[in-house]
Amino acid sequence: MATLTQAAPTDEDRRSHEMGMHQEQLSGRTQQVFFDIDLNEPHHGFSLPDSFDVDFNKRGEIDASNMEAMQVNARIREMMKEGYGTIVLKNPAAKHSMAVGILNRLNLIIEGSLGYFGCGLIDGPNVRISGRVGWSCGENMMSGTILIEKNAGSQFGAAIRGGDLVCKGDVGSRTGIDMKGGNIIVGGDTGSFTGFMMQRGRMVICGNAGKNLGDSMYDGTIFLGGEPRSLGVDAVWADMTDLDRDWLEKKLTKYDVMPKGGIGSFRKIVAGKQLWNYDNLEPTEKKLVL
Amino acid sequence: MPKKSQADVDKYLKDSAGLDTEREKVIGQHIGYRYDVNLLPDYDRLTPFLKEYMEFMGWDDLNWLEDVHMGYEEGQPAIFDRNINGWVRIPKSMDLPDNQQDRDMIARELLIRFQTSPRHPLNDLNKAYRKF
Repeated sequence: MATLTQAAPTDEDRRSHEMGMHQEQLSGRTQQVFFDIDLNEPHHGFSLPDSFDVDFNKRGEIDASNMEAMQVNARIREMMKEGYGTIVLKNPAAKHSMAVGILNRLNLIIEGSLGYFGCGLIDGPNVRISGRVGWSCGENMMSGTILIEKNAGSQFGAAIRGGDLVCKGDVGSRTGIDMKGGNIIVGGDTGSFTGFMMQRGRMVICGNAGKNLGDSMYDGTIFLGGEPRSLGVDAVWADMTDLDRDWLEKKLTKYDVMPKGGIGSFRKIVAGKQLWNYDNLEPTEKKLVL
Repeated sequence: MPKKSQADVDKYLKDSAGLDTEREKVIGQHIGYRYDVNLLPDYDRLTPFLKEYMEFMGWDDLNWLEDVHMGYEEGQPAIFDRNINGWVRIPKSMDLPDNQQDRDMIARELLIRFQTSPRHPLNDLNKAYRKF
């Protein structure tokens, strides 16, 4: 039987291995997956697989007074299945986890306030909330719009990946923590550690920000209309461009949150990229994981 | 200092390895994105297809597509499809414009075409794993 032989490591190799400092180019196995698009394929409409065919002009109501959050979510789903494209949710009573996991185009009007994790994991709907929202509203949001007329709790838009998440009032701390895309727009002030570990996307704060704004941000852009208590590690000021101003003008006008100072009051914060340290160990670490 | 993508938008078409700095050469991989990840869309360059998509979804703007850009993987232009955690390759026969704004618009349109195609892997994933 054939055997695998390997040269004995030199003293230098042995030392580097023991110290965890062995350098090796990463090669071989990859986690990339590729697909090909057929340009000749006819267009099949805009609906994603298994989404419901709804009509925005077909309107229905849900009274959540005596319903559990799960029942409300199931009812929203049933109504979308029946073709309702506009749903009014009454008496939400700040229950937690309401209107989550909607993977469809839909107009959802919520008359009242939501508890924790409201409108999480949504992909497509336009939601309007007349009241307040608790912690983690719009968490992991993929696309669509959420407009909150009053204030929001902490972790607003945590790990958001796409869409517009707008709060006309003030929001708590850690707004947009770990955001990976999309737009978070705050009409008022925001708390400490806003934009913590932000990776992509844009955040617009019309008022002031608490301590450590943009701490450890990896990428993305923060537009600030007021003053920060302090900037976080690796968050740096940058120059505004005409494209930035045009984009801000459109978004803030659309959601009616333009501050008194106008677009001219905004400044831009980006990552200093000093934390982009990919050390020599990384290929080895990756190999161990793979 | 101008960003790399502003300096030469064709850089990663010409140089597929794209390892710029000494650090990248040492670790054998590219650091960061191969395009300006923070570039905001120029809405004057919207394609008719994208306008139709926005209207269908009830949006006034590109919404989540604002974060979609033309990327470059394995030396080829490609778009990242977050729904399947994979790259959608642009056919080699396709001529790409010489600026990121127009490329990004093409990327957005092609990605929607791919995601709404019956050939999209999400169709099979839905059949196999969807719980409700």
